[in-house]
Amino acid sequence: MKCSGKVWKFGSNIDTDAIIPGRYLNVTDPEELAQHCMENENPRFVQEAKEGDIIVAETNFGCGSSREHAPIAIKAKGVSCVIAKSFARIFYRNAFNMGLPIIESEEAVDGIREGHEVEVDLASGEITNRTTGQRYRANPIPPFMQEIIDDGGLMKHIAKGRS
Amino acid sequence: MPMTITEKILAKHAGLKEVEPGQLTNAKVDIALGNDITAPIAIEQFRRAGAKRVFDRERVVLLPDHFAPNKDIKSADQCKLLREFAMEQDLAYYYEVGQMGIEHALLPEQGIVVPGDLVIGADSHTCTYGALGAFSTGVGSTDLAAAMVTGELWFKVPETIKLIYRGKLRPWVGGKDLILYTIGQIGVDGALYMAMEFTGDTIDSLPMDGRFTMANMAIEAGAKNGIFHPDRITEQYVKGRARREYHFYKSDPGARYKEVREFDVSTVEPQVAFPHLPSNTRGISEVGTVTIDQAVIGSCTNGRIDDLREAADVLKGHKISPNVRLIIIPATPSIYRQAMKEGLFDIFLDAGSVISPPTCGPCFGGHMGILAKGERAIATTNRNFVGRMGHPESEVYLSNPAIAAASAVLGRLGSPEELGRKR
Repeated sequence: MKCSGKVWKFGSNIDTDAIIPGRYLNVTDPEELAQHCMENENPRFVQEAKEGDIIVAETNFGCGSSREHAPIAIKAKGVSCVIAKSFARIFYRNAFNMGLPIIESEEAVDGIREGHEVEVDLASGEITNRTTGQRYRANPIPPFMQEIIDDGGLMKHIAKGRS
Repeated sequence: MPMTITEKILAKHAGLKEVEPGQLTNAKVDIALGNDITAPIAIEQFRRAGAKRVFDRERVVLLPDHFAPNKDIKSADQCKLLREFAMEQDLAYYYEVGQMGIEHALLPEQGIVVPGDLVIGADSHTCTYGALGAFSTGVGSTDLAAAMVTGELWFKVPETIKLIYRGKLRPWVGGKDLILYTIGQIGVDGALYMAMEFTGDTIDSLPMDGRFTMANMAIEAGAKNGIFHPDRITEQYVKGRARREYHFYKSDPGARYKEVREFDVSTVEPQVAFPHLPSNTRGISEVGTVTIDQAVIGSCTNGRIDDLREAADVLKGHKISPNVRLIIIPATPSIYRQAMKEGLFDIFLDAGSVISPPTCGPCFGGHMGILAKGERAIATTNRNFVGRMGHPESEVYLSNPAIAAASAVLGRLGSPEELGRKR
């Protein structure tokens, strides 16, 4: 599976309140959550991010709360992949369970700038910067976790396995 | 093979003799917990998976504490969904407003979680129960849904970082200060994916409420769980409360640790975490002049009876600054009643504070004390991220209850000693 799009760059410790503020947690509708994604951190993101765009962040992305609203909002916003140097533990698990592709790569984060066009091959772990032509390595996503993403999340994956 | 307490509990629940860090295990869950913001998504997933009944009506616990008492129509709808599911499934432990307390204070108090348990909760502060010597960790709604169906969940066995605290605590220094100090030292991802094991002679004499506060904030260092060795203090707490059989596990001599750190606490003063990270800590003597508009004493971190006593001890005979709103939130109905019986409410009301029913409300910027643009609050809560308590341009400073109370009186960050309070 491949994802490609324009990059939105963020710093370290992007917390779940930055991704989706607590005041919106009385909502579960993905489209409504998407309208507030990252609004505290970068209001331009909500207005300008397009289907397929990619988030690139430094360390500990998604720290804080266990709210699944965070990966739901990012996915519903149309983000195709999140690349970071590291992810907070609960967010990491939630992202896969929601079917949002995420991948860890220090060199990609160091090499990519905001606005670059980037392609991610989840199976091989290869990240290509189409703007600069650079290539970066990331740990590939194991096949069983790719299946979860391909099926659209853990519950859909389980339901598929049962049928 | 020598194992840590975390490894022993995971092995036991996975039906294995031993486990090691990095190993993937499928383990039985003793308690699966959800609240009014996370459970609605889990219930939807539960239904989508075609499930009819939860795996055990006594082991799935639901309660509305975040937006309850209902903040608005959307919150009311979420709480209604929770209530109807609890009724349909005939859950033994569903707590309605009136019996409801902040989940991580209520479950140990009610003896629903006990030492040796494996607990998951769709709330990141589920790590609080590590104070009892349980393995306890926060998960998302989908993982909660899976556990509600099967009673099991997969876990990667974490590496453990051992934190040893030695020495006598200074006046007005408690569990909150130790955990803030630790996060200040190791950073908000200093224990990422790891278990934090809290030990040492300081911990041996730390009361339960201080231990709950420390375990509660393990997530703020990125940890999977925080854990204490159960001892006489634990035994005293659980005796008469536990609704199930409990087990005391201890780390073996020779157990493997990713890292060991020692702290001499005799030099640690009360801590304040400045915006916008819990790791951004300073000793109270180094805070400078920071005026405040609001103070909040409560939450799953510091809303227990010891916390309220500490705040009352500082507030007694004082009035809060006319420029400050002080919101006090006893975490459970029992704590509320106990505080009232002890006369703490008179002290709080005389000082000019407002007493809220149990709720998570202001801590996550939900309701009951939201900050306007440019406002500053000191809070005994656990997170001070951008916009955590309201407007993105508001600020939250984290501290223990004594510092929060003293600051409310002073109208700026400050210590009880400035009010002539000795301990």
